[in-house]
Amino acid sequence: MNWNTWIPLFVVASSLLPGLIIFGLAEDRVRLRVGLNLVGALAKLGLVSWMLLGVYQGEHFEMRLAFLPGLELVLRAGPLSLIFVSLSTVLWLVTTVYAIGYLEGSPHRSRFFGFFSLCVTATVGVALSGNLITFLLFYELLTLSTYPLVVHRGTEEARRAGHVYLVYTVLGGALLLLATVWLYTLTGTLEFTPRGFVHGLEDTHRSALLIIFVLLIAGFGVKAALVPLHGWLPLAMVAPAPVSALLHAVAVVKAGAFGIVRVVYDVFGVESATALGVTGPLAWLAAVTIIYGSLRALFQDDLKRRLAYSTISQVAYITLGVAIAGPLAAIGGVVHLVHQGMMKITLFFCAGNLAETLGIHKISEMNGVGRRMPWTMAAFTVAAFGMIGAPPIAGFVSKWYLGLGALEAGQGWVIFVLAGSSVLNASYFLPILHRAWFREPPDVWPHGHNAGHGISEDLSGKISVNISGDVGGKETTWALLLPPVITALIALAAGVLAAAPFSPLEWAQLIAQREFYQP
Amino acid sequence: MNTVMNTVMNAASLYGLVGAGLFCLGLYALIVHAHLLRKILAINVMGSGVFLVLVALAKRIGGGAPDPVPHAMVITGIVVAVSATALALTLMLKVATATGRAELPDDEGSE
Amino acid sequence: MAIMLVDVPWAVVLILLPLAGAMGCVLWPSVTKTLGLMTVFGVALSVAGLGWQLTENGALRYAVGGWGAPLGIDLYADGLSLLMLAMTALVGLGVSGYSIGYFDHKYLLRFWPLWLFLLAALNALFLSADIFNLYVTLELMGLAAVALAALSGGSAALSGAMRYLLSTLLGSLCYLFGVALLYHGFGSVDIAVLAERLEPNATAWAALALMSAGLVLKTALFPLHFWLPPAHASAPAPVSAVLSALVVKASFYILLRLWLEIFAPLGEGVSTLLGLLGAAAVLWGSLQALRQTQVKLMVAYSTVAQVGYLFLAFPLVAATGVTALNAIVYLAFSHALAKAAMFLAAGNLLRFGGHDRIADLDRVVQRLPITLSAFALAGVSIMGLPPSGGFIGKWLLLQSALSQGRWDLVAVVIIGGLLAAAYVFKVLGNAFTQAAVPHTSRAVPACMEWAALLLAIAAIVLGFMASAVLPLVAIGDPFGLLGARP
Repeated sequence: MNWNTWIPLFVVASSLLPGLIIFGLAEDRVRLRVGLNLVGALAKLGLVSWMLLGVYQGEHFEMRLAFLPGLELVLRAGPLSLIFVSLSTVLWLVTTVYAIGYLEGSPHRSRFFGFFSLCVTATVGVALSGNLITFLLFYELLTLSTYPLVVHRGTEEARRAGHVYLVYTVLGGALLLLATVWLYTLTGTLEFTPRGFVHGLEDTHRSALLIIFVLLIAGFGVKAALVPLHGWLPLAMVAPAPVSALLHAVAVVKAGAFGIVRVVYDVFGVESATALGVTGPLAWLAAVTIIYGSLRALFQDDLKRRLAYSTISQVAYITLGVAIAGPLAAIGGVVHLVHQGMMKITLFFCAGNLAETLGIHKISEMNGVGRRMPWTMAAFTVAAFGMIGAPPIAGFVSKWYLGLGALEAGQGWVIFVLAGSSVLNASYFLPILHRAWFREPPDVWPHGHNAGHGISEDLSGKISVNISGDVGGKETTWALLLPPVITALIALAAGVLAAAPFSPLEWAQLIAQREFYQP
Repeated sequence: MNTVMNTVMNAASLYGLVGAGLFCLGLYALIVHAHLLRKILAINVMGSGVFLVLVALAKRIGGGAPDPVPHAMVITGIVVAVSATALALTLMLKVATATGRAELPDDEGSE
Repeated sequence: MAIMLVDVPWAVVLILLPLAGAMGCVLWPSVTKTLGLMTVFGVALSVAGLGWQLTENGALRYAVGGWGAPLGIDLYADGLSLLMLAMTALVGLGVSGYSIGYFDHKYLLRFWPLWLFLLAALNALFLSADIFNLYVTLELMGLAAVALAALSGGSAALSGAMRYLLSTLLGSLCYLFGVALLYHGFGSVDIAVLAERLEPNATAWAALALMSAGLVLKTALFPLHFWLPPAHASAPAPVSAVLSALVVKASFYILLRLWLEIFAPLGEGVSTLLGLLGAAAVLWGSLQALRQTQVKLMVAYSTVAQVGYLFLAFPLVAATGVTALNAIVYLAFSHALAKAAMFLAAGNLLRFGGHDRIADLDRVVQRLPITLSAFALAGVSIMGLPPSGGFIGKWLLLQSALSQGRWDLVAVVIIGGLLAAAYVFKVLGNAFTQAAVPHTSRAVPACMEWAALLLAIAAIVLGFMASAVLPLVAIGDPFGLLGARP
């Protein structure tokens, strides 16, 4: 039995099956639910590691399933797929631990973790898709499984956010479907091929291809939060922190960006895209998004919203890297997919810790919190510096390659955009760090806990209850503390050890080589 | 002989035309009248029209016995029409009992 | 043993078994439930047997009683009939399982004989080989369906059923008139013979007009759809499921057969008209569904819209052949499963909360997760989102429209999908509010919830089975594409 055909399917099933079982569990079966989640996450990690090793040694993992007349569902483990699927897997494990701690005691946990697992299934499916129809299938599945997560809390605000989210993503999905069918009728295939599969049609069907490109980018741009399709993202912050972390670091936003990468590299190919003249406008759009996102972030007081706008800005780096049609920029864009994921998830975990333990939602409430929660803020600091682009954290590596790539491709204006964005990032991250470390903490945190590390009695005499329970002398529960620290360390390692084998940078270089250099 | 045949054939066409006319009259009545009993009668008139057309069409050109197949169709049709009318009348009575009038409610209009 | 099983005349069994079952239910009311269920299982197995027979031997023609056409009745089964029969059997299984929990004893005694008669009529319709037999089965089906629709006895149900009866009788009479004309013009009622003999003369045109008008009325294509929402919404849930899923498909099947086989030479203008009406149906039905405040009416208008999709493909058939026809077939099959699931789920909601007002559904919907999942999965198929049978149908439809450059049809399909998402999520959005525990509730038996869920899962699974199902449909070349007729 050739295992290599089944591994991709198992990777998808490793979160699908636990998810379906969890839907049927009663609320109080906590241990079973936690067990299923962790077993699924670990199994997926094991399988993905196996695939990584295998591909490095030249093995081939592919599964094909007949789907439509003339089209198959294809799951394939190529380098680009592996980058995304590894990111998803590692971050799923970490987020699961975090979510277990965050949602302790809250209602509808079985429903939450069921849809959570479905969401990861969809993300992994998107990552492993070998053609556009498989991608479309899992992409729509992602929409369907993330909507319940956005509206999980059930408040009016959550429902409105969910409504907006649906409008955007369903419209985007319709555009994608149209583009996919049209492309299929023109080319007769939808397989992702390095250098694309629309050769020869640039002359005969120029306008059709142009419109298809626009439709595809629009459809993927909705989830990737490209301006002006980003409206749903800040509203979706109403979801619980694990959802924001997952959506913004791993699943939805990355799936959209991943789609854009696939479109430019494996559907159209850099040559055809340049010949059609679409790479220039795409780069402009990405640049606008970068600057706009950072500008809006400056004016947000709500911490999660500031991070949301930061995400809008940062994910556009990936689009920018792809749109500057050159190998170095490609490396920068693709590797940023991983790096941004690590850093952003750290930031959201920290934001969640602040909200959950201390009731802090606004930056103005964050004075001196570095003394009360030092490990959390340390992780936050590492990630923030990475976002700004300071070496040796991972964010620096991606920006470096993007800058070099821009110069190599003769698009010098991009350097200004990168520099400006770094300045803006510093402007909205450094004040937070300053507040957290160098200001005096208030007497009472919004949740009523006293300032000062290790003092458990309440000087003002007020006893308050917070959802995760009284943590006594600790910073917060280990389930909430460990994940951000781990992801911050990984972000640091990805930057410091970028030249090591198996680093995201190595994989990105392999991908660029395939797209640009191999015959 | 030919004129007799022509007359007979014309009679057949006449029956056919009358049948078609009945069909149209019944259709008109079905649409226009509101009372359910009239609608049911209209359906029956339409049915009779179709049966008349069938019988007329059973005339074989060139003489000889009429074609039995349309006759069989008519007989089947009559049986179906009787059962349908029975069901319709029962339903009409129930509607009249339930709503007080033997008419359909006005929301969608009648046709 | 295997050889013997293949030789059993499954086609005849498919008609006689439910008839016998119906009689049995009338004669022995004490064992109605058991007898009814066994009959429906028997029908499902017979469909499987017929499928096996067709894959072994190709399309099948069977002369009942040994008397052939034109005086005897021939039964004809090819891939298309098989698909319709399979659709009927699957929905029938789901509805039968559901009705065990839904009806109390008094209604059960009335429901089962009528339902089995309807099943017999449906099976006979899909197996008929001549247009007059189609008339007879059409009438049988109509009368049984009307009686079922009136079953609950309330004034809304009775008025809805009366309107339905008058519409169906009108449609049948138009159809019969057309049959008369065709017989007179071309000397046969057998479909295969007519296909060879038809010429585009006045008789053929008149017959086409009459038969199409009658069948379009019975299929509730806009603007002749007025009878459907009141009838389907006020009927008991399992009956609504059968009406929307199967009965409208039966008259559509006849229209499809007539078009493909007999009226093919007459062509283009009428198919354009049908396509136009289909587009109007999709848009109008979806908009009306969005406006509704009650779930069952919303689902009924959704049927009006989905029927429009089936007709959208008509203008494409001439040019794209197989793709358009596969689209129609897949859309019909997945709609049957998904719509039945939706109506059954709506019935559960109604049973549990005592009402089906969408705005007040949140208290109900959160207590019935299985029903909610059934509604959601069915909604996925209705919206045409992957993975589902509805997606496959939508894809094939888009593919044939795009390959012909029919942007108008593409726009209608896309907009229809968006509108469907709007009205489905209107109901689903209620699942996530912070609702208080409901006041009075009636328990919903597990068989009712699971019947709805299993049908919805079937609609999703259908989305993965295109490569198995579509070759089955091609048995006997029902679409006349290879020019061969058995």
